Amino acid sequence: MTNTTTGPGSAAPYLKIEHLSKLFGSFAALKDVSLTIYPGEFVCFLGPSGCGKTTLLRAIAGLDVQTTGKIEQGGRDISRLPPSERDFGIVFQSYALFPNLNVTDNVGYGLTSRGMKRADITARVKELLDLVGLPDSGAKYPAQLSGGQQQRVALARALATSPGLLLLDEPLSALDARVRVRLRHEIRSVQRRLGLTTVMVTHDQEEALTMADRIVVMNHGVIEQVGSPSEIYRLPATPFVADFVGTMNFLDGLLAGPGRVSFAGLDLTVPTDGLAANSNVRLCIRPEDVAVRNLDASTPNLLPVEIRALDFLGSFCRATLKPTAGKGSEIVADFSINLMRDLNLEVGKRLSIALPADRLRVFAAA
Amino acid sequence: MAEIPANDYLIGPRVKSAMSRDDIIMRAGVVLFIGFLAVAVALPLWSLLSKSFENRGEFVGLANYIRYFSTPALFASVWNSFYVAVITTAIVLPLAFVYAYALTRSDMRWKGLFQALALIPILAPSLLPAISLIYLFGNQGFLKTWIPGGTIYGPIGITIAQVFYCFPHALMILVTALSMADSRLYEAADALGASKRRIFFTVTLPGAKYGLFSAAFVIFTLVITDFGIAKVIGGRFNVLATDIYKQVIGQQNFEMGAVVGMVLLVPAVLAFFADRIVQRRQVALLSARAVPLIPKPEPKRDWALFAFCTVVGGLIFGILAVAAWGSLISFWPYNLSLTLKNYEFNNFDTNGWGAYGNSVQMAAWTAVIGTSIIFVGAYLLEKTRGFALGRGLAQFIAMLPLAVPGLVIGLGYIFFFNARGNPLGFLYATIGILVLNSIAHFYTVSHLTATTALKQLDTEFEAVSASLKVPLLRTFWKVTVPVCLPAILDISIYMFVNAMTTVSAVIFLYSTDTKLASVAVVNMEESGFTAAAAAMAMMIVFTSAGVKIAHVLLTRGLDKRTQAWRRR
Ligand SMILES: Nc1ncnc2c1ncn2[C@@H]1O[C@H](COP(=O)(O)OP(=O)(O)OP(=O)(O)O)[C@@H](O)[C@H]1O
Ligand SMILES: [Mg+2]
Repeated sequence: MTNTTTGPGSAAPYLKIEHLSKLFGSFAALKDVSLTIYPGEFVCFLGPSGCGKTTLLRAIAGLDVQTTGKIEQGGRDISRLPPSERDFGIVFQSYALFPNLNVTDNVGYGLTSRGMKRADITARVKELLDLVGLPDSGAKYPAQLSGGQQQRVALARALATSPGLLLLDEPLSALDARVRVRLRHEIRSVQRRLGLTTVMVTHDQEEALTMADRIVVMNHGVIEQVGSPSEIYRLPATPFVADFVGTMNFLDGLLAGPGRVSFAGLDLTVPTDGLAANSNVRLCIRPEDVAVRNLDASTPNLLPVEIRALDFLGSFCRATLKPTAGKGSEIVADFSINLMRDLNLEVGKRLSIALPADRLRVFAAA
Repeated sequence: MAEIPANDYLIGPRVKSAMSRDDIIMRAGVVLFIGFLAVAVALPLWSLLSKSFENRGEFVGLANYIRYFSTPALFASVWNSFYVAVITTAIVLPLAFVYAYALTRSDMRWKGLFQALALIPILAPSLLPAISLIYLFGNQGFLKTWIPGGTIYGPIGITIAQVFYCFPHALMILVTALSMADSRLYEAADALGASKRRIFFTVTLPGAKYGLFSAAFVIFTLVITDFGIAKVIGGRFNVLATDIYKQVIGQQNFEMGAVVGMVLLVPAVLAFFADRIVQRRQVALLSARAVPLIPKPEPKRDWALFAFCTVVGGLIFGILAVAAWGSLISFWPYNLSLTLKNYEFNNFDTNGWGAYGNSVQMAAWTAVIGTSIIFVGAYLLEKTRGFALGRGLAQFIAMLPLAVPGLVIGLGYIFFFNARGNPLGFLYATIGILVLNSIAHFYTVSHLTATTALKQLDTEFEAVSASLKVPLLRTFWKVTVPVCLPAILDISIYMFVNAMTTVSAVIFLYSTDTKLASVAVVNMEESGFTAAAAAMAMMIVFTSAGVKIAHVLLTRGLDKRTQAWRRR
């Protein structure tokens, strides 16, 4: 996962966003956002609808200039520059292909006005169409292409002028699921080949987790967490991130002492840095982290439960478990089919589970 | 959520975007555009307004208005205009509604033909139905005895001619309103077992409610502001539109003319705002997922509607045919043999065929220059970044002409361009002022057409071209104009046909060298050459119809050439 050419720790940052805020009237779409992006990185802005992802992307592009704050690109302060004086290529959700121009003219649109020779343009367009896997579609019009093909043409057009930064606003959201999965890989491989710093906006967590070097999780105009996909998934920094990315159990407990939380009549061992004693807390654990095998009496955080429901989901079963002691809330756990068979699990059955301390996260209750 | 102190996330100074070359060009464009709108619309209206408070250049406050309202002969026209407008609206609205219903909600045959028939009046000057009525029911008319009261000159004649003239305008609005039906509503009503009658009154009528309001406002405004019909067939029945003319041309009382102009502005402006208020409510009613309604055959209803449309369409065609026939008759009603001598206009009017030439020339310039300015202007207002104040101002002025009657704007032009010291005074009495006036008069509808077409384009075209460092002007030429070409053609045809047929806006502005065909119709009619007047009116009809047909063919050709990329 740690790629030495990308991510924090490498050379000078490519894009530096400092204290950015954006007001629409009196509504703050971005509130004091700071972020650093390194050369060659693929960064995803992830968050629910209306959280300000597009606003941040458009501020980077200069399409909707921020109210306050600063943006530097490649060491140059671009905060005040209009879009035409910034260095980026962009693909919109709608693709915004010119309907009256064929694919060749669309892709070559940015080249013709910079005084390139005709032959050079033709060669460059061909190269780009090969790159995005549409070598034979040059003469077609956008209306004659499928959504996925249009998306690739838009990508080729954005890449044509060799920009230093590629901006993608939900480029895949208009496509059906299968095409979407294929294009994820294609976009990523093109981006790697060109070593192009890329920012992509998405509200699809799966897309972000599979594509990004780093994910920026946003909510209500602020950044909740920045990290690699596995950091975001394993170590969510806030309850929002924990809830928004993947499936998460939220269990209400009481902080009994340093490193101890009482839940369902039991004292669980938990990392509790920085939380006040005797306060209400929320314990978080992912369904797949609930342990069932190789447990004995000495295993920490052991919890007797009864199976309330089982939902078959193909390669695994999602079980709803109710702690037998105390008034603890239900826990959702994912059991492999293998495990189901070996332990002969069915609704109503009682068993013991463990909530491994290193997989538990604790947040102060809201 | 807790109240956040307004400033804890606003760190550092406000960022103001620098302007790119495109931004500078666009803003300069908006400024020029405001300048144009000021000269073409705002300043003439201002001149008119100030003139109504003056007497021989002296400010006299409300004196002119007081005189106007205390002179019964003048004030009576307000009532007359209102009365004719209300009656015409009451007649046209149901007729046009049933006709539109037949075109959109029935499975009647020959819909295309009926639609074309109903739109004929748009191609003719409003004078034409008045002339036809004179042939039929005038002092020499062979159906004269049919008219109660014995004379067609007066409110009866005005009303019948107005019905003919307003019908297509109301029809177009109602067709649009009725074709926006959501078939799911009808299926639901059907499933609930509602009767046909009940469905009509609970689904159809409410659905068309806003269209009906709009159509009523349009008819009302058209009648109040039309000059040609009242001039030709009004007799001694005075209305506001003819009063202005009499004050200005007859008595050279410009101040009183200005007062009448302001009075005429009131109902038009009221109708304009009433319509806006009503239309604003409509937005919420329209559902994006409406399923278009496809009418099923229902012989009894379809044949009844067919009969209705045949009668109405037949009458419309009949009125046109009477004018055409009249223009070919040797000496009505004594010698009914056919002849072309009424088309030898040089025998009836000093300008002769020249007037027709002037009209074609004026209409062509209006179409070319007007369409360019209107489209570029709408583009500037849609696509300029920032500069909200300038864009808002321009948008406001661009909407004004819809509420301003042609006579009023024409009168404003006299005052503004004739004023001593106006550097644009050289335009006075040239074809240029007629072109400018026609552009202004028909500005708003075309502006809205252009704006609608531009709004249908992807809003990110400009962002894409900025990111590719392509000048906006190039994208305008390479993408915006080609994609909007159908709308651009529509606008130019609209401008041409209206410039060709208009009387009211230009009646004050022509000079001996620049007399127009429509004005020649008025003049020849006044001099008793009714057949020649009919002939000239027919020339206008032939020309607009020819242009319209060329437009249809051109659009079809364009569709064929661009079908590769145009989605339908
Ligand atoms: N031009 C605007 N005027 C006023 N409010 C705006 C404008 N653009 C965006 N907003 C508001 O700012 C907030 C953030 O918008 P933004 O488009 O950045 O959301 P997003 O995260 O991209 O959401 P989505 O996933 O729906 O695209 C939203 O609440 C939106 O309503
Ligand atoms: Mg968005």
